[in-house]
Amino acid sequence: MRARCACLLLSVVAMLASPALAAEPKFPVLSGRVVDDANILNPSTTMELRGMLADHERATGEQVVVVTLDSLQGYSIETYGYQLGRHWGIGQKGKNNGAILIVAPKERKVRIEVGYGLEGTLTDAISRVIIERNIVPYFRTGDFNTGVRAGVISILRVLGGNPTATAEPPASPVTRQFNPAASVGVQPKPTPVYMSRRAEWTILMLYPAMVIFWGLLFFLFQRSGGRSGNWNDGSSGGSSFGGSSSGGGSSGGDGGFSGGGGSFGGGGASGSW
Amino acid sequence: MPLRYFRALTYLTMVAVSLASLPGCGVNKIPTLDEQVKAAWSEVLNQYQRRADLIPNLVETVKGYAHQEQQVLTQVTEARAKATQMQLPADILSNPQAFHQFEQNQAAIGGALGRLLAVSEAYPALKSDQNFLALQSQLEGTENRIAVARRDYIIAVQSYNTELRTIPGRWVASMLYPDAKVKETFTIAEQTKQVPQVKF
Repeated sequence: MRARCACLLLSVVAMLASPALAAEPKFPVLSGRVVDDANILNPSTTMELRGMLADHERATGEQVVVVTLDSLQGYSIETYGYQLGRHWGIGQKGKNNGAILIVAPKERKVRIEVGYGLEGTLTDAISRVIIERNIVPYFRTGDFNTGVRAGVISILRVLGGNPTATAEPPASPVTRQFNPAASVGVQPKPTPVYMSRRAEWTILMLYPAMVIFWGLLFFLFQRSGGRSGNWNDGSSGGSSFGGSSSGGGSSGGDGGFSGGGGSFGGGGASGSW
Repeated sequence: MPLRYFRALTYLTMVAVSLASLPGCGVNKIPTLDEQVKAAWSEVLNQYQRRADLIPNLVETVKGYAHQEQQVLTQVTEARAKATQMQLPADILSNPQAFHQFEQNQAAIGGALGRLLAVSEAYPALKSDQNFLALQSQLEGTENRIAVARRDYIIAVQSYNTELRTIPGRWVASMLYPDAKVKETFTIAEQTKQVPQVKF
């Protein structure tokens, strides 16, 4: 009996541990719309950027975030970037309208990571132009504040926002030459896994047993006065991070900012200096 | 009298709860994971297709400046033709041969594109062409999306195969989903995007 208990316990532990299959890098805490983990930005720049980004979210619902990283932990900035975006859940859930400007001063890399929903406006080519023209020239002289500020202003302009500050010239956007056509005819139709008729009957037969089981459980819980636990909490949670949709952006300052559950698929561009 | 109603209500609730709990006990896990694998696979195909769509434009642009690089241009075009002409069987995900054929074709495109970008380094006029620059960044972005899609696919297949081969899932599968098969995953390493050094 005891051995069986141990076995059950072990399998439960194994089940709990199984989602952590892939090794993930460590991510900084999303403390606001500007996360200066590398300590390269002035407080005044941070404040100004936070205001601009909050205004943009209020106007459009799009979440744009700036992060400077202490270290890429040996990952490429592309590998790190999309995972950071998914981890934070930048952008509204379902719309995936988030973008992150990532600066890794130690590795001398910069990247604009674009969520699925913004890939059409903030294209790879435009992101590249912003990096090469508006960000990297300043970074080369060691002026991170101006570079990040110019980058954010350009990004917001491309996204159709109207950033409050008027400083650097906007990126002259390269027009999109073509649109990647949807794949035609190559999509195979893998045979879906359906339940067999017999299996369905088996389940129906199992029903009385289950009713008795739950009845017993219910009875026991009522006896002991305990409230039934949340038996469904082990179900797949998806990538949603901020819980319920927080994309409203009603937060006046920057307190309580959280990602809306947007996702990323590797869109954007990178550069180095 | 009210007590009896209460009891009836209790039993009704019990039945409802047991009905609702059916998906909770893992019966639907294999189809759910199967759908996730399929979604991830569609994304892989989508991104490979996106790369294939970029190629004609890229080849035309390079041709305008470097038509003497006929050999590399032909290689790219041929690799693309071979990959797009391949008929993907319906069971490609559980068919090792077809899957690896697909993978090899795509790797061939990646290699040919790498060579094309390498030779284009030797043409300053091409390198400063706006159209080429835009294409190049699109291509880089697409390669990156392919890498992400592949990683997502690998993770999806991993959890699907694990569910199918470990104990509770294995029993569920043998009982309810006898058609479910272990799926293939990528084996060829991602094409390194490092461009070979061109010496003058």
